[in-house]
Amino acid sequence: MDEYFGSYAVVVALFAIGVVIFAGALFGNRMLRPNRPTPEKLTTYECGIDPVGDGWAQSQVRYYVFTYLYVVFAVDAVFLFPWATVFAAPGFGMTTLVEMFVFLGFIALGILYAWRKRVLAWT
Amino acid sequence: MTEAVPSYLSPTGQEIVFLLLGAVAVGAGLLVVTTRQLVHAALWLVVCFGAMAGCYLVLTAEFVAWVQVLIYVGAVVVLLLFGIMLTRAPIGRSADLDSGNKTVAAIVAVATAAVLVTVVIDGFRTAYTPLDPGTGAAKELGSTIFRNWVLPFEALSVLLLAALIGAIVISRTDIRGRN
Repeated sequence: MDEYFGSYAVVVALFAIGVVIFAGALFGNRMLRPNRPTPEKLTTYECGIDPVGDGWAQSQVRYYVFTYLYVVFAVDAVFLFPWATVFAAPGFGMTTLVEMFVFLGFIALGILYAWRKRVLAWT
Repeated sequence: MTEAVPSYLSPTGQEIVFLLLGAVAVGAGLLVVTTRQLVHAALWLVVCFGAMAGCYLVLTAEFVAWVQVLIYVGAVVVLLLFGIMLTRAPIGRSADLDSGNKTVAAIVAVATAAVLVTVVIDGFRTAYTPLDPGTGAAKELGSTIFRNWVLPFEALSVLLLAALIGAIVISRTDIRGRN
Protein backbone atom coordinates (compact mmCIF):
# COMPACT_ATOMS: atom_id res chain seq x y z
CA MET A 1 0.00 0.00 0.00
CA ASP A 2 2.62 2.51 1.10
CA GLU A 3 4.85 1.20 -1.63
CA TYR A 4 2.21 2.03 -4.25
CA PHE A 5 1.69 5.59 -3.05
CA GLY A 6 5.42 5.96 -2.46
CA SER A 7 6.13 5.13 -6.09
CA TYR A 8 3.59 7.72 -7.23
CA ALA A 9 5.03 10.22 -4.77
CA VAL A 10 8.30 9.82 -6.71
CA VAL A 11 6.39 10.55 -9.95
CA VAL A 12 4.84 13.67 -8.40
CA ALA A 13 8.24 14.78 -7.06
CA LEU A 14 9.85 14.35 -10.50
CA PHE A 15 6.99 16.28 -12.09
CA ALA A 16 7.41 19.07 -9.54
CA ILE A 17 11.17 19.21 -10.21
CA GLY A 18 10.44 19.43 -13.94
CA VAL A 19 8.01 22.31 -13.40
CA VAL A 20 10.53 24.12 -11.17
CA ILE A 21 13.32 23.78 -13.74
CA PHE A 22 11.06 24.96 -16.56
CA ALA A 23 9.55 27.86 -14.64
CA GLY A 24 12.95 28.76 -13.17
CA ALA A 25 14.53 28.97 -16.62
CA LEU A 26 11.75 31.22 -17.91
CA PHE A 27 11.78 33.35 -14.74
CA GLY A 28 15.58 33.71 -14.79
CA ASN A 29 15.36 34.72 -18.42
CA ARG A 30 12.73 37.34 -17.61
CA MET A 31 14.86 38.74 -14.79
CA LEU A 32 18.02 39.02 -16.91
CA ARG A 33 16.73 40.18 -20.27
CA PRO A 34 16.13 43.81 -21.26
CA ASN A 35 12.49 44.64 -21.97
CA ARG A 36 11.80 47.26 -24.66
CA PRO A 37 8.61 46.32 -26.47
CA THR A 38 7.58 48.09 -29.67
CA PRO A 39 4.37 47.41 -31.64
CA GLU A 40 6.47 45.72 -34.35
CA LYS A 41 8.08 43.39 -31.84
CA LEU A 42 4.71 42.46 -30.36
CA THR A 43 3.16 41.30 -33.63
CA THR A 44 2.88 37.56 -34.16
CA TYR A 45 5.97 36.08 -35.75
CA GLU A 46 4.98 34.48 -39.02
CA CYS A 47 8.21 33.47 -40.74
CA GLY A 48 9.34 37.10 -40.93
CA ILE A 49 6.35 38.22 -43.01
CA ASP A 50 3.63 40.52 -41.66
CA PRO A 51 0.84 38.31 -40.32
CA VAL A 52 -2.25 37.97 -42.47
CA GLY A 53 -5.76 37.52 -41.10
CA ASP A 54 -6.75 36.20 -37.69
CA GLY A 55 -4.91 33.72 -35.53
CA TRP A 56 -7.75 31.27 -35.91
CA ALA A 57 -8.61 29.77 -39.26
CA GLN A 58 -11.43 27.37 -39.92
CA SER A 59 -9.95 24.02 -40.84
CA GLN A 60 -11.14 21.63 -43.51
CA VAL A 61 -13.38 18.78 -42.48
CA ARG A 62 -11.20 16.23 -44.26
CA TYR A 63 -8.48 16.59 -41.61
CA TYR A 64 -10.99 15.38 -39.02
CA VAL A 65 -10.39 11.85 -40.26
CA PHE A 66 -6.74 12.06 -39.22
CA THR A 67 -7.80 13.06 -35.71
CA TYR A 68 -10.30 10.27 -35.65
CA LEU A 69 -7.71 7.76 -36.84
CA TYR A 70 -5.59 8.86 -33.88
CA VAL A 71 -8.49 8.17 -31.49
CA VAL A 72 -9.07 4.73 -33.01
CA PHE A 73 -5.42 3.81 -32.66
CA ALA A 74 -5.22 5.14 -29.12
CA VAL A 75 -8.15 2.90 -28.12
CA ASP A 76 -6.55 0.07 -30.04
CA ALA A 77 -3.19 0.51 -28.28
CA VAL A 78 -4.86 0.68 -24.88
CA PHE A 79 -6.18 -2.84 -25.32
CA LEU A 80 -2.79 -4.13 -26.45
CA PHE A 81 -1.29 -3.48 -23.00
CA PRO A 82 -3.52 -5.81 -20.93
CA TRP A 83 -3.39 -8.33 -23.75
CA ALA A 84 0.41 -8.29 -23.86
CA THR A 85 0.62 -9.06 -20.15
CA VAL A 86 -1.60 -12.14 -20.29
CA PHE A 87 -1.52 -13.82 -23.69
CA ALA A 88 1.54 -15.91 -22.87
CA ALA A 89 0.30 -16.79 -19.37
CA PRO A 90 -0.92 -20.33 -18.70
CA GLY A 91 -4.63 -20.72 -19.41
CA PHE A 92 -4.77 -18.23 -22.28
CA GLY A 93 -2.64 -19.28 -25.24
CA MET A 94 -3.79 -19.49 -28.85
CA THR A 95 -7.40 -18.36 -28.33
CA THR A 96 -6.34 -15.07 -26.76
CA LEU A 97 -3.81 -14.52 -29.54
CA VAL A 98 -6.49 -15.08 -32.19
CA GLU A 99 -8.99 -12.85 -30.34
CA MET A 100 -6.61 -9.92 -30.45
CA PHE A 101 -5.90 -10.45 -34.13
CA VAL A 102 -9.64 -10.54 -34.87
CA PHE A 103 -9.89 -7.18 -33.05
CA LEU A 104 -6.96 -5.78 -35.01
CA GLY A 105 -8.39 -7.24 -38.21
CA PHE A 106 -11.63 -5.31 -37.85
CA ILE A 107 -9.74 -2.06 -37.29
CA ALA A 108 -7.42 -2.89 -40.18
CA LEU A 109 -10.54 -3.08 -42.37
CA GLY A 110 -11.19 0.57 -41.48
CA ILE A 111 -7.65 1.53 -42.46
CA LEU A 112 -8.04 -0.43 -45.69
CA TYR A 113 -11.25 1.47 -46.41
CA ALA A 114 -9.57 4.80 -45.68
CA TRP A 115 -6.67 3.85 -47.92
CA ARG A 116 -8.93 2.70 -50.76
CA LYS A 117 -10.94 5.93 -50.57
CA ARG A 118 -7.66 7.87 -50.77
CA VAL A 119 -8.26 9.54 -47.40
CA LEU A 120 -4.66 8.97 -46.40
CA ALA A 121 -3.32 10.82 -49.46
CA TRP A 122 -2.28 14.32 -48.49
CA THR A 123 -3.50 16.15 -51.60
CA MET B 1 -14.49 -7.57 0.48
CA THR B 2 -15.97 -5.48 3.23
CA GLU B 3 -14.18 -4.66 6.40
CA ALA B 4 -14.91 -2.73 9.54
CA VAL B 5 -15.43 0.93 8.74
CA PRO B 6 -12.72 3.19 10.11
CA SER B 7 -13.82 6.47 11.65
CA TYR B 8 -14.71 9.28 9.27
CA LEU B 9 -13.30 11.79 11.70
CA SER B 10 -9.68 10.87 11.08
CA PRO B 11 -9.33 10.73 7.29
CA THR B 12 -6.14 9.31 5.85
CA GLY B 13 -3.96 11.25 3.45
CA GLN B 14 -5.36 9.33 0.49
CA GLU B 15 -8.93 10.18 1.43
CA ILE B 16 -8.09 13.87 1.66
CA VAL B 17 -6.31 13.78 -1.72
CA PHE B 18 -9.29 11.96 -3.22
CA LEU B 19 -11.74 14.56 -1.89
CA LEU B 20 -9.59 17.43 -3.15
CA LEU B 21 -9.31 15.84 -6.60
CA GLY B 22 -13.08 15.37 -6.63
CA ALA B 23 -13.54 19.07 -5.83
CA VAL B 24 -11.16 19.97 -8.68
CA ALA B 25 -13.10 17.71 -11.07
CA VAL B 26 -16.49 19.20 -10.14
CA GLY B 27 -15.17 22.78 -10.25
CA ALA B 28 -13.53 22.27 -13.64
CA GLY B 29 -16.71 20.60 -14.89
CA LEU B 30 -18.75 23.63 -13.86
CA LEU B 31 -16.28 25.93 -15.60
CA VAL B 32 -16.62 23.84 -18.79
CA VAL B 33 -20.30 24.74 -19.03
CA THR B 34 -20.07 28.32 -17.77
CA THR B 35 -17.02 29.72 -19.57
CA ARG B 36 -17.61 32.21 -22.37
CA GLN B 37 -14.83 30.87 -24.56
CA LEU B 38 -15.33 27.57 -26.34
CA VAL B 39 -11.64 26.69 -26.46
CA HIS B 40 -11.33 27.36 -22.74
CA ALA B 41 -14.23 24.93 -22.19
CA ALA B 42 -12.23 22.21 -23.95
CA LEU B 43 -9.15 23.05 -21.86
CA TRP B 44 -11.13 22.99 -18.61
CA LEU B 45 -12.30 19.57 -19.70
CA VAL B 46 -8.62 18.54 -19.66
CA VAL B 47 -8.40 19.63 -16.01
CA CYS B 48 -11.61 17.76 -15.19
CA PHE B 49 -10.42 14.54 -16.86
CA GLY B 50 -6.99 14.92 -15.27
CA ALA B 51 -8.51 15.22 -11.80
CA MET B 52 -10.60 12.12 -12.49
CA ALA B 53 -7.44 10.26 -13.56
CA GLY B 54 -5.94 11.32 -10.24
CA CYS B 55 -8.98 9.91 -8.44
CA TYR B 56 -8.51 6.58 -10.22
CA LEU B 57 -4.84 6.57 -9.22
CA VAL B 58 -5.72 7.15 -5.57
CA LEU B 59 -8.18 4.24 -5.81
CA THR B 60 -5.22 2.14 -7.11
CA ALA B 61 -6.90 1.69 -10.50
CA GLU B 62 -3.60 2.42 -12.23
CA PHE B 63 -4.41 1.13 -15.68
CA VAL B 64 -7.76 2.92 -15.91
CA ALA B 65 -6.07 6.12 -14.75
CA TRP B 66 -3.50 6.05 -17.54
CA VAL B 67 -6.14 5.06 -20.07
CA GLN B 68 -8.08 8.11 -18.90
CA VAL B 69 -5.02 10.26 -19.57
CA LEU B 70 -4.27 8.68 -22.94
CA ILE B 71 -7.80 8.44 -24.36
CA TYR B 72 -9.73 11.27 -22.72
CA VAL B 73 -7.07 13.90 -22.04
CA GLY B 74 -5.25 12.99 -25.23
CA ALA B 75 -7.56 11.78 -27.94
CA VAL B 76 -11.06 12.94 -26.99
CA VAL B 77 -10.05 16.51 -26.17
CA VAL B 78 -8.10 16.72 -29.43
CA LEU B 79 -11.23 15.52 -31.20
CA LEU B 80 -13.33 18.18 -29.44
CA LEU B 81 -10.84 20.95 -30.22
CA PHE B 82 -10.84 19.83 -33.81
CA GLY B 83 -14.62 19.94 -33.85
CA ILE B 84 -14.47 23.54 -32.60
CA MET B 85 -11.89 24.43 -35.23
CA LEU B 86 -14.11 22.96 -37.92
CA THR B 87 -17.26 24.77 -36.95
CA ARG B 88 -16.43 28.15 -35.47
CA ALA B 89 -14.04 30.68 -36.91
CA PRO B 90 -12.92 33.15 -35.82
CA ILE B 91 -12.99 32.10 -32.22
CA GLY B 92 -13.06 34.15 -29.05
CA ARG B 93 -15.38 35.44 -26.38
CA SER B 94 -18.93 34.77 -27.46
CA ALA B 95 -22.11 35.87 -25.73
CA ASP B 96 -24.46 33.46 -27.47
CA LEU B 97 -23.16 30.25 -25.90
CA ASP B 98 -26.10 29.90 -23.54
CA SER B 99 -28.93 27.79 -24.83
CA GLY B 100 -32.57 28.55 -24.14
CA ASN B 101 -32.81 25.14 -22.50
CA LYS B 102 -30.37 26.16 -19.78
CA THR B 103 -32.81 25.71 -16.87
CA VAL B 104 -34.15 22.40 -18.15
CA ALA B 105 -30.61 21.16 -18.74
CA ALA B 106 -29.61 22.14 -15.21
CA ILE B 107 -32.62 20.31 -13.77
CA VAL B 108 -31.82 17.19 -15.82
CA ALA B 109 -28.17 17.33 -14.71
CA VAL B 110 -29.08 17.68 -11.04
CA ALA B 111 -31.67 14.90 -11.32
CA THR B 112 -29.15 12.57 -13.01
CA ALA B 113 -26.58 13.31 -10.32
CA ALA B 114 -29.22 12.67 -7.63
CA VAL B 115 -30.14 9.31 -9.18
CA LEU B 116 -26.49 8.22 -9.40
CA VAL B 117 -25.66 9.33 -5.86
CA THR B 118 -28.80 7.64 -4.49
CA VAL B 119 -28.03 4.38 -6.28
CA VAL B 120 -24.41 4.35 -5.09
CA ILE B 121 -25.31 5.20 -1.51
CA ASP B 122 -28.20 2.74 -1.44
CA GLY B 123 -26.12 0.02 -3.03
CA PHE B 124 -23.05 0.27 -0.84
CA ARG B 125 -24.15 2.02 2.36
CA THR B 126 -21.23 1.69 4.72
CA ALA B 127 -19.46 -1.06 2.76
CA TYR B 128 -15.74 -0.53 3.04
CA THR B 129 -13.11 -2.14 0.88
CA PRO B 130 -9.42 -1.76 1.57
CA LEU B 131 -7.36 -0.51 -1.37
CA ASP B 132 -5.14 -3.25 -2.69
CA PRO B 133 -2.40 -2.09 -5.05
CA GLY B 134 -1.99 -4.37 -8.05
CA THR B 135 -5.66 -5.23 -8.53
CA GLY B 136 -5.99 -2.33 -10.97
CA ALA B 137 -2.89 -3.19 -12.98
CA ALA B 138 -2.90 -4.12 -16.66
CA LYS B 139 -2.38 -7.80 -15.92
CA GLU B 140 -5.51 -8.19 -13.79
CA LEU B 141 -7.61 -6.28 -16.31
CA GLY B 142 -6.16 -8.30 -19.16
CA SER B 143 -7.06 -11.61 -17.56
CA THR B 144 -10.60 -10.35 -16.85
CA ILE B 145 -11.10 -9.04 -20.39
CA PHE B 146 -9.77 -12.15 -22.10
CA ARG B 147 -11.51 -14.59 -19.73
CA ASN B 148 -14.96 -13.04 -19.27
CA TRP B 149 -15.45 -10.07 -21.56
CA VAL B 150 -14.17 -11.20 -24.95
CA LEU B 151 -17.44 -10.55 -26.80
CA PRO B 152 -17.78 -6.88 -25.73
CA PHE B 153 -14.10 -6.48 -26.59
CA GLU B 154 -14.66 -7.79 -30.11
CA ALA B 155 -17.87 -5.77 -30.46
CA LEU B 156 -15.81 -2.69 -29.63
CA SER B 157 -13.66 -3.27 -32.72
CA VAL B 158 -16.81 -3.34 -34.88
CA LEU B 159 -17.99 -0.13 -33.21
CA LEU B 160 -14.65 1.56 -33.90
CA LEU B 161 -14.77 0.35 -37.51
CA ALA B 162 -18.31 1.70 -37.98
CA ALA B 163 -17.38 5.06 -36.47
CA LEU B 164 -14.23 5.32 -38.58
CA ILE B 165 -16.07 4.55 -41.82
CA GLY B 166 -18.85 6.94 -40.80
CA ALA B 167 -16.33 9.73 -40.18
CA ILE B 168 -14.73 9.09 -43.57
CA VAL B 169 -18.06 9.08 -45.42
CA ILE B 170 -19.27 12.26 -43.73
CA SER B 171 -16.03 14.18 -44.14
CA ARG B 172 -15.55 13.30 -47.80
CA THR B 173 -18.05 14.99 -50.05
CA ASP B 174 -16.94 12.98 -53.04
CA ILE B 175 -18.06 9.64 -51.56
CA ARG B 176 -21.73 9.25 -52.40
CA GLY B 177 -24.28 6.53 -51.90
CA ARG B 178 -25.68 4.58 -54.80
CA ASN B 179 -28.47 6.47 -56.50
